[in-house]
Amino acid sequence: MDRRNAFDLAYLACSAGIIFGLKQLASPRTAVRGNQIAAAAMAIIIAVTLWDSGSHNLVWIIAGMVIGGAIGAYSARAVKMTAMPQMVALFNGVGGGAAALIAFSEYHTATSAGLTLPNNQVVSTLFSAIVGCISFAGSMIAFGKLQELVTGSPVTLPGQKIVNAVLFLVILALAVSQFVSTQREGVLAIAMVLALILGVIMVMAIGGADMPVVISLLNSFTGLSAAATGFVLHNNALIIAGTLVGASGTLLTQMMGRAMNRSITNVVFGAFGTGSGDAGAAAGGAGGQVRATSPDDVAVMLAYARRVVIVPGYGLAVAQAQHNVRELADQLERRGVDVRYAIHPVAGRMPGHMNVLLAEADVPYTQLYEMDDINDEFGRTDVSLVIGANDVVNPAAKNTPGSPIYGMPVLNVDQAKQVVVMKRSMATGFAGIDNPLFVEPQTVMYFGDAKDSVLKLVAGVKTL
Amino acid sequence: MTHELVLQITVLVLAAFVGFEVISKVPTTLHTPLMSGTNAIHGIVIVGAILVVGSTNSLLVEVLGTIAIIFGAINVAGGFLVTDRMLNMFKQRPTSRDDDG
Repeated sequence: MDRRNAFDLAYLACSAGIIFGLKQLASPRTAVRGNQIAAAAMAIIIAVTLWDSGSHNLVWIIAGMVIGGAIGAYSARAVKMTAMPQMVALFNGVGGGAAALIAFSEYHTATSAGLTLPNNQVVSTLFSAIVGCISFAGSMIAFGKLQELVTGSPVTLPGQKIVNAVLFLVILALAVSQFVSTQREGVLAIAMVLALILGVIMVMAIGGADMPVVISLLNSFTGLSAAATGFVLHNNALIIAGTLVGASGTLLTQMMGRAMNRSITNVVFGAFGTGSGDAGAAAGGAGGQVRATSPDDVAVMLAYARRVVIVPGYGLAVAQAQHNVRELADQLERRGVDVRYAIHPVAGRMPGHMNVLLAEADVPYTQLYEMDDINDEFGRTDVSLVIGANDVVNPAAKNTPGSPIYGMPVLNVDQAKQVVVMKRSMATGFAGIDNPLFVEPQTVMYFGDAKDSVLKLVAGVKTL
Repeated sequence: MTHELVLQITVLVLAAFVGFEVISKVPTTLHTPLMSGTNAIHGIVIVGAILVVGSTNSLLVEVLGTIAIIFGAINVAGGFLVTDRMLNMFKQRPTSRDDDG
């Protein structure tokens, strides 16, 4: 067996290790080990590559690995769980950036040696460079929005769609020119700069509320650009790993889109989601009377219920109240109340974000119910406790065909005997629409900061 | 179209099917760790970056490639470590909790 085949077999074995590791993510029990297996496979791939590449420029390579590894390890330890979406956005960005840099380097090496690359090489190089740049720039803006360095509201240029279309066409034309005339790295560099601009404009126009979709989409872009790099470098491990990430990002994008009742084109080109929860007119105009309540009343209602379903929304995460909610749940369970959590797929700012926040607060994942698993249970629930969620519990999505969110899957909290909605104010949610739930006869509103309010409930339940 | 390209596309298509199959089995509870885990996996671009830097004499490529190595290493180290940190949060408690419930 020659040297090349041996390396390729090693890459194949490690790709299998990564797939096996991902497969173990199917259950929280096996997931830790799955992640370790994938990490070990990756470590072997890197070691094999180092061996493969020999000792040339080893100082550069090791220096890069040490610096990057240290930054990565530090941020992995330091990041707060509420900031996970930012971290993932940043990681997507650097991955896309790396793919673009590699593609450009390969192009530079070929053109400066006077070689003409075959067409299939050119396609993958251009794809990797351009998509990588869009992903890099888009992810940086997404990071800025999530970190609130950049405004969360959509920022659009006059004639945004035309600007996007023109940019896209120019990039395409520059790309095509690399097939029909001499290959020049300068042209690729211009195309990459335009791709960076396109990435910025595209994500600037998307509101903070749509971030779960955007992050997933950029994740998929980064995976695909990595896969294209595999074509450039004739490396199957890169193709396989990149495609896996592309598939994952695509699936999550679809799921998030479905959960928000938005198509991807609508998110990317629609400029619909606003960043702040306080935008739009106040609700209550739906014709009913809003009933506000006191913490003591809610405490009694919860303490004497048989089943309570807690519906956490991003408001809870913003107030950092997840630990207090768990304390409340513990108090209630001590009194024999059956406590469950109903998690809407877009609760939080990225897929599965709320689950992580609750897991961090030591809520056992066996108490976390997905929407489809708990929606039929609300009819047998005494109290739905909605904390900092709004659009995901809006019954208008089920029964008001004219509503902008009509058709979006929502939690059936209104089927419980009583509904307590904890909110800071009567402001509308991200979608900026009224919520008829607030004026239904079984609903009471408990206004205040999520953390304060939950603390009062804990105190209230304790005294009973 | 070269034969190698056909083989590469074969790998891509099969990997896409495997990817959709495996990822669709991941419960929503673990979607955030899944995303940070895939961050680590696309860190595999570090392999490409190492090969590029290891075979060049151009300073420009050395610099760009090393930046790519740094980026890839951030992804690999950061991605796997933060995923591990998150997944460990999911591991605890249910056994001790089931006893009194």
